[in-house]
Amino acid sequence: MSERVFITGTGIICAIGNTTQVVLESIRQSKHGIGFPTFLNTIHQFDFPVGEVKYSNNELYDLVQPKKKTNLSRTALLGMIAAKEALKNAGIENISEFRTGLISATTVGGMDKTEIFFPSFINNPNSGRLRNIITHDCGDSTEQIAEHLGIKDYITTISTACSSSANAIMLGARLIKNNILDRVVVGGTDALTKFTLNGFNSLMILDKSHCRPFDETRNGLNLGEGAGFVILESEKSIKINNKNIICELKGYGNACDAFHQTASSPDGYGACLAISKAFETSGLNPEDIDYINAHGTGTPNNDLTEGKAIEKIFGNKDPMFSSTKSYTGHTLAASGGIEAVFSCLAIQHQLIFPNLNFSNQMKELEISPVNTLIHNKPVRNVLSNSFGFGGNNTTLIFSKY
Amino acid sequence: MQCGSSVYQTMNKKYIIEKYCIIRDNTVSLDDKEIYHDEKEKSFSDFSKGLYKYSKIDYPKFYKMDNLSKLGFITSELLLKDHEWSANRDETGLILCNSSASLDTDINHQKTISNKIDYFPSPAIFVYTLPNIMIGEICIRHKITGESAFYITEHFDSSFIFQYVNYLFEKNIVNECIAGWVEKYKEKYESVLFLIKKKEKNCKDCKGNIIFDIENIEKIYNKKF
Amino acid sequence: MEEIIIQLKKEIIEALNLEEMSPDDIDADAPLFIEGLGLDSIDALELNVLLEKKYGIKINTAEEGKKVLHSVRSMAEHILNHQKKN
Repeated sequence: MSERVFITGTGIICAIGNTTQVVLESIRQSKHGIGFPTFLNTIHQFDFPVGEVKYSNNELYDLVQPKKKTNLSRTALLGMIAAKEALKNAGIENISEFRTGLISATTVGGMDKTEIFFPSFINNPNSGRLRNIITHDCGDSTEQIAEHLGIKDYITTISTACSSSANAIMLGARLIKNNILDRVVVGGTDALTKFTLNGFNSLMILDKSHCRPFDETRNGLNLGEGAGFVILESEKSIKINNKNIICELKGYGNACDAFHQTASSPDGYGACLAISKAFETSGLNPEDIDYINAHGTGTPNNDLTEGKAIEKIFGNKDPMFSSTKSYTGHTLAASGGIEAVFSCLAIQHQLIFPNLNFSNQMKELEISPVNTLIHNKPVRNVLSNSFGFGGNNTTLIFSKY
Repeated sequence: MQCGSSVYQTMNKKYIIEKYCIIRDNTVSLDDKEIYHDEKEKSFSDFSKGLYKYSKIDYPKFYKMDNLSKLGFITSELLLKDHEWSANRDETGLILCNSSASLDTDINHQKTISNKIDYFPSPAIFVYTLPNIMIGEICIRHKITGESAFYITEHFDSSFIFQYVNYLFEKNIVNECIAGWVEKYKEKYESVLFLIKKKEKNCKDCKGNIIFDIENIEKIYNKKF
Repeated sequence: MEEIIIQLKKEIIEALNLEEMSPDDIDADAPLFIEGLGLDSIDALELNVLLEKKYGIKINTAEEGKKVLHSVRSMAEHILNHQKKN
């Protein structure tokens, strides 16, 4: 039975680029993707900056070049692009050569199309184009991605809010460790929609300016969109194919905060549990971590809770940490997958990414994120947090091989 | 999908379905017994309120939940009544699935933002446009801090549930798990929740316990009352 | 003032799904949050929506919200002041 799980490919599309290479360049140049939306048709167009992918749906179609020109939601298109890049990056040409699965995650599914249909339909049940709702279900975007990649052995969808794709990565690792699959495409995708923009606005946790994670003056999050996928492979699969290893998925943990539907507990109990479980499965200790890619949404609540949890677990040996959401916005279900790609890049290129927009240390914390790109420190082990509504907290640990 | 079912029990432990609760067709059953039935044709909202009052659950937050969470919550309340909790609630897992995610509530949220003039999105509705909030509600109620997850599958998938929970037990990630299916879309609803426990193979109070395996999961899901 | 308080109590019960309560169960002077009714942050947001929807009042900051939403009476006073201005 395979005990170790490796990452052999990454794929990403988000506000700062449509491939892993472009995204890396943007980060190096401190180029963020936050601004007012161009493609999302919303009355809030100039109220809230977002991390929009800089391609219209037609342009995404051209990038995807789907086999059938069926109705594809923006969520599915983003997922197809990132998942395909991950497979190519891993050098996988013959998908059926080994037992291969797809675990995708999403919160909105095909909502971007559904909300076009709805206003017509609600006024007159006979109007509205039905083709706009057939892609609605969360599972549909996963099925579209699977069909695009030719994956048939195992397909499933996770929906646990902002921890969704981190949980997808966890499940993928377990399927490999239990010899059910040899390799698995794991991650998530979410598109910007009026549904989420208005919903988050009703919770009053959106920032009307560029978000400032872990800053004393932070005032909320910027929503984002995108997709991030990695390829997990078993030791056996790598040996047979003489694969290039990007890094190892060393540990993971999930726990429930059990405090409130949308707020995290003030002492970060659930976060601490998830982080501890990840250490347990990895066999590593806090002092082994070189970089934390934090969940860091920029909301008063999350950053305080997460900051407290980091202080509690790491004591005065806290590693460098940052949130990359001031580059991409909060991509909801895709965030775990997108940030897994960032974690892989950190290890591959020995970089620690800056927390853009940070100036003032939070008065409740003794720690601060890094605010410049660090390239002269060894990056052996990276910890990535994804904390979702409903108190669903997941932590992943990636290690240099 | 291969499941490796021959290795599902470790040397000294066995996994049993200690209890199960099924709610569908205006009927509630706990293990083998029907415990509640509402004759009248009712909306799910009214049915659930009737059941809540009948069950004498004292938890006013119930009324703020959306229908999916109400269904999951009340099924788990009946399942966990008189449950003997261990000191460590991070040893309890919660793994749920359905096929429509939170679509039932998504529609309600969409209605509140569709009219550009009468435009009042409700934060209380938006909160429930994620199926895992139902998990959150159950965890908040019982202070469960173990592993939890929500999966979308086209139909009730007994082998998926078995495989996932079995793994959590095998790896000592949890010692007990609430798992199952909670589906609510328009007037269609059904929930089937299992309380699965890890027990000593020769445990004294295990006589007649149902072994946790795919066949028994299927049998219970398909029970008619 | 008393009329607004009675009306407000009914509207709060409806907006926050306080099913098992009647207006008589709510003390107009008791705090709405933490103690008293023990409402939470989502309830606070819903009360903001109620004020805007039924009374045309917008709460702009968290500090303003804390003052206005302290009790049913403070909400009623705020509504009366707003009605006098307009």
